Amino acid sequence: MSTVMKGASFVPRYNAVERSTHWTLALSFVVATISGLALFHPAFWFLSGLLGGGVWSKTLHPWAGLVMFIAFVPMALWYWRDNLIRSYDIAWMKRLPEVLMNTGKDLPQIDKYNAGQKMLFWSIIGSLVVLLVSGFVLWFDTDYKLPVLAVRLSGAAHVAAAFVLFMGMIVHIYSAVFWIRGSMRAMVRGEVKVGWAKHHHPLWYKRVAGKSK
Amino acid sequence: MSIQSVAIVRKSSTTTPPPQARGAVEPVGKLIDVTKCIGCKACTAACFEWNDLREEIGNGVGNYDESVVDLSDQMWSVMRFAEIDTPDGRVEWLMRKDSCLHCADPGCIKACPSPGAIVQYANGIVDFNQANCIGCGYCVAGCPFNIPRISKKDNKAYKCTMCSDRLQVGLEPVCVKTCPSGAITFGTKKEMVAKAEKRVHALQERGFQNAALYDPKGVGGTHVMYVLGHGDQPELYNGLPKDPSISPWVGLWRGVTKPLLSIGLGLGVLTMFFHYVTRGPQDEDAADHADHAHEGEAK
Repeated sequence: MSTVMKGASFVPRYNAVERSTHWTLALSFVVATISGLALFHPAFWFLSGLLGGGVWSKTLHPWAGLVMFIAFVPMALWYWRDNLIRSYDIAWMKRLPEVLMNTGKDLPQIDKYNAGQKMLFWSIIGSLVVLLVSGFVLWFDTDYKLPVLAVRLSGAAHVAAAFVLFMGMIVHIYSAVFWIRGSMRAMVRGEVKVGWAKHHHPLWYKRVAGKSK
Repeated sequence: MSIQSVAIVRKSSTTTPPPQARGAVEPVGKLIDVTKCIGCKACTAACFEWNDLREEIGNGVGNYDESVVDLSDQMWSVMRFAEIDTPDGRVEWLMRKDSCLHCADPGCIKACPSPGAIVQYANGIVDFNQANCIGCGYCVAGCPFNIPRISKKDNKAYKCTMCSDRLQVGLEPVCVKTCPSGAITFGTKKEMVAKAEKRVHALQERGFQNAALYDPKGVGGTHVMYVLGHGDQPELYNGLPKDPSISPWVGLWRGVTKPLLSIGLGLGVLTMFFHYVTRGPQDEDAADHADHAHEGEAK
């Protein structure tokens, strides 16, 4: 092992294109969330002011959503294989309470993504597809080209999918920014510390370390 | 019936209570007796005149059917015609002035996400305020009667105001003023219901056994009501819904989910916050050290 990492204290995790794509997705998510929350409940209406008012919120929301979906397409293609559920993911998931309590030691060895990240990945795909389809109906069908039931169902589905995505993003952002220190480096600078890689994603580390030899 | 129409009792997308110090206001009612209607469309023309609207002249689509066949941002009231075959082999020509019914429990207000874009006055009128409208079209989906229309010109929602501006200065709605056959009348809702009951009784005596007042309870009653010759089959009158109510899907989309999911989001964020202050972060260097130590052991 030690020969592999001679002199290197960082492992590359995301290249510049991947990072740019992720942050395009992230920024459009922020705009879609601010405007979406403003339209969802009066308690969040004040957020519409950040975007220039209600009309701007309504106008920007579908475009931000569209950018979000388009940005996720390449990410889905890049990462789906890394997100297939493996047997060690189930073993890891059983130890989730220890992970959450920060007491996990000798956890099952996992690859590039842990079971939580994988569930997030698939929930993003599911919610984005529902948001896109229902969003298009809500966006364009304000004059009953479709049966009105389609619009009503789309509204309910849009809310449900947005909720799932929002909850996933809370966990994602908290984990990356606040909880698992060193994760941000992967998406900002494109690399992680060797210790971080070995600790959090040992199988992945072995793969990339082997490659870079 | 004059100044009452400025007292607002319900406002779209607003969680705080409306002003309520002023005394109770008598709800208004407009009664459209389709059995007296002659289909002349004077009410439509008057609506154009009073509200400064002009729908484009389209193409004729049938024998007596109009060149303008649907509601629009310029057309807040449309005359709908229907020919039906009666059981005894005759043809009956039905006509109905179609416009906002001003529901007591309006689906448009429930659906609207923009504070104050739709209001309900104490006298029962449901009014759109285009200055606050964001053009999302949710009111269209919320309405059980397919009434609001989004303008292609300015992307705002429009519909009948029940001439709320005329009411404020003691005038009756302009369609009422214009109707030559007395099919449209206006007064308090109580008066109009009483009037309708009398008329329904008279119609029943004249052979329209199923004559009835259309004041659907599913939307809390309406401030525009119909007297229908075929009260048992309102759908004969160009699809007037038999038992309208706000769709349960609209309830899911714009009702109960709003507070529930909002609380869910808030709890989600709080959970993260308290996780941080109780368990704290997994330090980057700690992971480093822990793992080197662990690696050593494994060897």
